[in-house]
Amino acid sequence: MNDPILSIQHLRRDFKMGDETVHALRGVSFDVHSGEFLTIMGTSGSGKSTMLNILGCMDKPTSGEYILDGNHIEKLKSDALAHIRSRKLGFVFQSYNLLARTTAIENVELPLLYNSKISASERHDRAVEALKRVGLESRMNHLPNQLSGGQQQRVAIARALVNDPVIILADEATGNLDTRTSYEIMEIFQELNSRGKTIVFVTHEPDIATFSSRTIVLRDGQIKRDTPNGNIQNAHEAFMALPPPETFDDEEESA
Amino acid sequence: MSPFTLIKIAFRALLRNRMRTFLSVLGIVIGVAAVITMVAMGEGSKQSIKAKITAMGTNAITIMPNSSFRGGVQLDASSSTVTLEEADVIALREKAQYINGVSPMVTANGQAIVGNKNEAVSLSGISSDYLKIRNYEIDQGVMFDDSADRMAKVCVIGQTVVSTLFPNTDPIGKTIRYKNIPLKVIGTLKAKGSSDFGQDQDEVIFTPYQTVMKRFNATTDIRTIYANSIGEGYASLASEEIMSILKERRSWKEARDPFRVRTQEEMIEMITSTSDLLSLVLTAIAGISLLVGGIGIMNIMYVSVTERTREIGLRMAIGARGRDILLQFLFESVMISLLGGLVGILLGVLATTGVKLFLNWPMSITASSVIVSFGVCFATGVFFGWYPARKASRLDPIEALRFE
Repeated sequence: MNDPILSIQHLRRDFKMGDETVHALRGVSFDVHSGEFLTIMGTSGSGKSTMLNILGCMDKPTSGEYILDGNHIEKLKSDALAHIRSRKLGFVFQSYNLLARTTAIENVELPLLYNSKISASERHDRAVEALKRVGLESRMNHLPNQLSGGQQQRVAIARALVNDPVIILADEATGNLDTRTSYEIMEIFQELNSRGKTIVFVTHEPDIATFSSRTIVLRDGQIKRDTPNGNIQNAHEAFMALPPPETFDDEEESA
Repeated sequence: MSPFTLIKIAFRALLRNRMRTFLSVLGIVIGVAAVITMVAMGEGSKQSIKAKITAMGTNAITIMPNSSFRGGVQLDASSSTVTLEEADVIALREKAQYINGVSPMVTANGQAIVGNKNEAVSLSGISSDYLKIRNYEIDQGVMFDDSADRMAKVCVIGQTVVSTLFPNTDPIGKTIRYKNIPLKVIGTLKAKGSSDFGQDQDEVIFTPYQTVMKRFNATTDIRTIYANSIGEGYASLASEEIMSILKERRSWKEARDPFRVRTQEEMIEMITSTSDLLSLVLTAIAGISLLVGGIGIMNIMYVSVTERTREIGLRMAIGARGRDILLQFLFESVMISLLGGLVGILLGVLATTGVKLFLNWPMSITASSVIVSFGVCFATGVFFGWYPARKASRLDPIEALRFE
């Protein structure tokens, strides 16, 4: 098998809370290879948020190794970490985190602003391209408050794609969405994955995990289970199988 | 991030909160406009004083006996133990290289009478150099000659005297009686107007100094000698030279100077020092309002940073370094202050012009005051924007993203 794109060895993360030390992660090791769709699951307090912060290069482990695309992250200073985040990672958050009163395309362009090698025109072209991939090219100039939750999350996915990251990290990316919209979003993630994007998806919803190729379950800061998914559900089919959205009579009439 | 992008981002952020931006800008506008106006006021009064003093004579130097001390108490100048005399004038005229004119000034007081008209005007005994030292010019007739008219009963009169004593007549050749001594008018002076000290510079009667000393005062003492340096920039050289010539004549050994030699620059300095102080105080008060404006910026930037904590977290998560965030917020505060500076300068210029036009005060806007206020604005933006911006740049992205 080829070298892993992401490798974690004996990762520990302690937090000092007054006199007490909280061990959020107690020696976690796993590899992620290019093209995998990994879900990290766990209840609150299991350490999955801490895991995600470290994977996202926003936090550093107390001990252990984290190698991302050949870079020893645990040795990097904050500016270097920012550089890694800018070039190698894409984030999708539960609450979208789009800039208010800023158009969809400008939100998508945002990560490229922190890469001085990219010209304004290239920035625009790449943002348009990313919006096309999530099917929102017709809403480029809409403001976030003019978009539905699902559309906002698609803008956020486009933003995560625009810098062509080696990994997309999603943090409960469907947590604020209803089932139908969740499945639509998962469809996009599956589509990206099928084109070779590596995805790490943190969630606590078991049905989301069924769309991924592998699931790691964390409990009390340790890996409880690390299993490949033999039966990957197709999000599009799952979406089609859902009962039609509840409608009201007057709406049907007006339609 | 390119400066252009930073400006764009800052501009957009400022437009998002128009009212708030407007109010922060207003604070700076008021401060800058006040500073510009106050400086213009101070500068204007200084320049008008200067112009009036210069009109009194270019590069003029005044020499007077120093007041003496007795038992550590400084006494009035009239108590002086040393006096100036004609020999000093002659010595200066012969030896000094940095002066091109020297004239004593002795005065007598009384009434000038012509027929049934009279005027209380002091009689000034001078030498002919006095005209060029004090910028007087002959209008009609001639100036007396220092050697030919040494003790002659002749005079040259200013325009005020002409109009009082010789209304509708040609004064040349007529006689003025001064303390019962007849003085023949041989020339008139061109009008000069009043000096800044309320003196009418045209209310003068000039006569040879020997005439005043011998015929009126019966003394050889000279209270004041006027001289002028050979040009601008030679004033201090000239005054040093004068002092050393005067000391040499007297073989002066004491540490204290026997005379006071005052150049026109020193005179200007002395007279403008009060107005300088006043304008400094006014400018300081105006400066305080600029400071308050700066604090306003700081306040609003802190609010802005807190409000946009999640935005900062997001920007950091997608690759912004602390420096990028710092610059983003610094650009915002600098833009507020520079915008305020521009409008403030405009308003200050308008206010200054208004005061000049409607109140007729001497006002003068200098390029330096405009440049300095603009610079101060920039510094205000950086200074007061720095701490909020640094606070923003030091946020932990994880905490910032979780901020509600």
